Amino acid sequence: MSEHVNNTETEGWRTFRKNALRNRNFLIGICLTGFVLAIALISFIWTPFDTTKLVISDRLNAPDLTHLLGTDHFGRDILSMVMVGARNSIAVALLAVGIGIAIGVPLGCWGAAKRGFIDEILMRSSDIIFAFPALLSAVMITAIFGPSATNAIIAIGIFNIPVFARVARGAALTIWSREYILAARASGKGAVRITREHILPNITNILVVQGTIQFSLGILAEAGLSYVGLGTQPPDVSWGRMLNEAQTMMAIAPHMAIIPGIAIIVTVLGLNLLGDGLRDLLDPRLRRER
Amino acid sequence: MTIRPIILGGLAAILFSSSALAARMDLTIGMVLEPPGLDPTAEAAAAVDEVVYANVFEGLTRIGPEGAVKPALAKNWTISDDGLTYTFELREGAKFHDGTSFDASDVVFSLDRARAEDSTNAQKALFSAIEKVEATGDTTVVVTLSEPSGAFLYNMGWGDAVIVAPESADTNKENPVGTGPFKLDNWQRGSAITLTRNADYWGDQAKLDTVTFRFIPDPAAATAALLAGDVQAFPNLPAPEAIAQFEADPRFTVVIGSTEGETILSTNNKKPPFDDVNVRRAMAHAIDRQAIIDGAMFGLGTPIGTHFAPHNPAYVELSETYEFNPEKAKALLAEAGFEGGIKATLKLPPPSYARRGGEIIASQLRDVGIDLEIIPLEWGQWLEQVFKGKDFDLTIVSHTEPNDIDIYARDDYYFQYENPDFKALIDKLNVTADEEERFALYRQAQQIITDDAVNVYLFQLAKNGVWDAKLNGLWENSPVQANDVTGVSWSE
Repeated sequence: MSEHVNNTETEGWRTFRKNALRNRNFLIGICLTGFVLAIALISFIWTPFDTTKLVISDRLNAPDLTHLLGTDHFGRDILSMVMVGARNSIAVALLAVGIGIAIGVPLGCWGAAKRGFIDEILMRSSDIIFAFPALLSAVMITAIFGPSATNAIIAIGIFNIPVFARVARGAALTIWSREYILAARASGKGAVRITREHILPNITNILVVQGTIQFSLGILAEAGLSYVGLGTQPPDVSWGRMLNEAQTMMAIAPHMAIIPGIAIIVTVLGLNLLGDGLRDLLDPRLRRER
Repeated sequence: MTIRPIILGGLAAILFSSSALAARMDLTIGMVLEPPGLDPTAEAAAAVDEVVYANVFEGLTRIGPEGAVKPALAKNWTISDDGLTYTFELREGAKFHDGTSFDASDVVFSLDRARAEDSTNAQKALFSAIEKVEATGDTTVVVTLSEPSGAFLYNMGWGDAVIVAPESADTNKENPVGTGPFKLDNWQRGSAITLTRNADYWGDQAKLDTVTFRFIPDPAAATAALLAGDVQAFPNLPAPEAIAQFEADPRFTVVIGSTEGETILSTNNKKPPFDDVNVRRAMAHAIDRQAIIDGAMFGLGTPIGTHFAPHNPAYVELSETYEFNPEKAKALLAEAGFEGGIKATLKLPPPSYARRGGEIIASQLRDVGIDLEIIPLEWGQWLEQVFKGKDFDLTIVSHTEPNDIDIYARDDYYFQYENPDFKALIDKLNVTADEEERFALYRQAQQIITDDAVNVYLFQLAKNGVWDAKLNGLWENSPVQANDVTGVSWSE
């Protein structure tokens, strides 16, 4: 049996690669995401200028050879800020998605395994959280616990929990009705072991697709919270804060708003295309339809 | 049948609105902060006076646009030769908005209430020289001072010294009842306060029918509201970066005036390590004031070195006492035993001078090893935590009260400075009437607080006034916290 699984895996990987190279969404998505990821990683070791150092005499410079993307109202280099901002956006979104997966997936699997009363409670509590507009509740959480990047992560993370719980439960339920699960149960495996060995590997695809989409939503949410002053606090850099600060300077320094705006567009577009592409490639149901 | 009244009504509305266009009688003024209440005798917030001063409430005297004392509810006054007895002759026929008449007993009530033991007045020091207040007739009040006070008439012109009626004093916070040319029409919490003309006003009628104060804390929204004509005047626009744009626009008048706002990096003088004068001096050396004025205020503002307005004749130029010198700052910190650096918090209220200035100061102090965590606060939280609770290390705020160096002599004031010599100096100042001597004492006082580096003195806040070019009569400077609209009108 293990040999058989191995064969399908390598075969699956081969078809994945073949399809991936033909999937335009996926290719553009992975290029854009990879680019953003790369500048975020580079920012850890090198940025053109120090973003915590304010050089007031250099403020509001239009893009030129020294400052490729110009400077902001405090004389900070905008290219450096965009790079550090990418790191910040990715970190916040990654952690928030991490919270969602770490708590949501076990809950969803638990519900799918137990069914009945527990399942009902879990899903109805998800409904309750879903009933709140996510960003508004995130604003509420950060308003209560104080504005900071950590609280923004927690706020966005909380709203990722029911998303992953539902997706995991729905996917797990279809697996639970399969014959090989019945076989596993007949051979005496418990619910935890079945979930670990058979359910999780089979729902990973769907979780990856959902994770990519939640990741882009997380980046937007972080930018939104920081834009209204509830997310990342100075001197840390955030794209949302950059936009907020640029607002009143639009007439004199439009590059201050345009550049972080483009950064957000590129990142979110890249992640959404990647998510679409991954769904086409990974979701077995969609693949069957084609 | 029902259609006709609607058409008639519509026609009437068109007619009225077109006549309103011909001679505009309303004005919407933008302000950054909403007042917490509307009783200037009970609140410290400048926003209270900025709505009600001279418009709704009047005192015995008032401060004019140039900072001079003018008669208000007191028509005239005589001062005894020893400077201890002031006899005020009051206006006849003045009425409070609720219809009750104004007379000498209201003055006695108001002044006694303000200086009472349990008074909630935010500026009780204004009344400290008063020994007794007596009504000797319906329109005559005699105020006896315990010692001569050179500033007494000026003090009586503050918003905190306005005259209120015993019937309405306790409800003024919600429903202000004064004697002014405007009365409260409507207060939409969180949005706007509308005043309407008081037809029973004792003096010259106001030229506008309604004045609305709209509260727009966000600099971008403030700029947009002005450009769109939603507000026609912003006496102090919170977006200095937009000034150039308005200057170039013929639809607007831009007047950069002076305020009494000493913008300071307020320091908790009792909280270690800021109780150490060397640490405070180090901060003063570490901060480049011009960079803050350029970066946060787009060059609008005058560097100061002490808690005194540069346009005041008694001002001493001390802004170079602690010149910008990060090396010296580091040496002073080392001397105080903080080579390893200091960690502290910087709590910032909403105005852009604080939020932007705070980022620049945090960056400058980081260069000398003082690492600040920036905590943005809403205005209410700031008053609660910092001003009342004294739970802070550093904060940035503009003290817009005129001539307020005496706050350094107050017990338990939020920055918690204690210096018996300074207190003695202010006590002496309070009993000195001679102008030259007063100036000399003011100069000494400025020197003491600068030597002690009580706070870091940053800059004098400019008044970035922007309003519709057709508006006349708005104040160019802010000698007191006020948006006096009594003389404002539209030209054709």
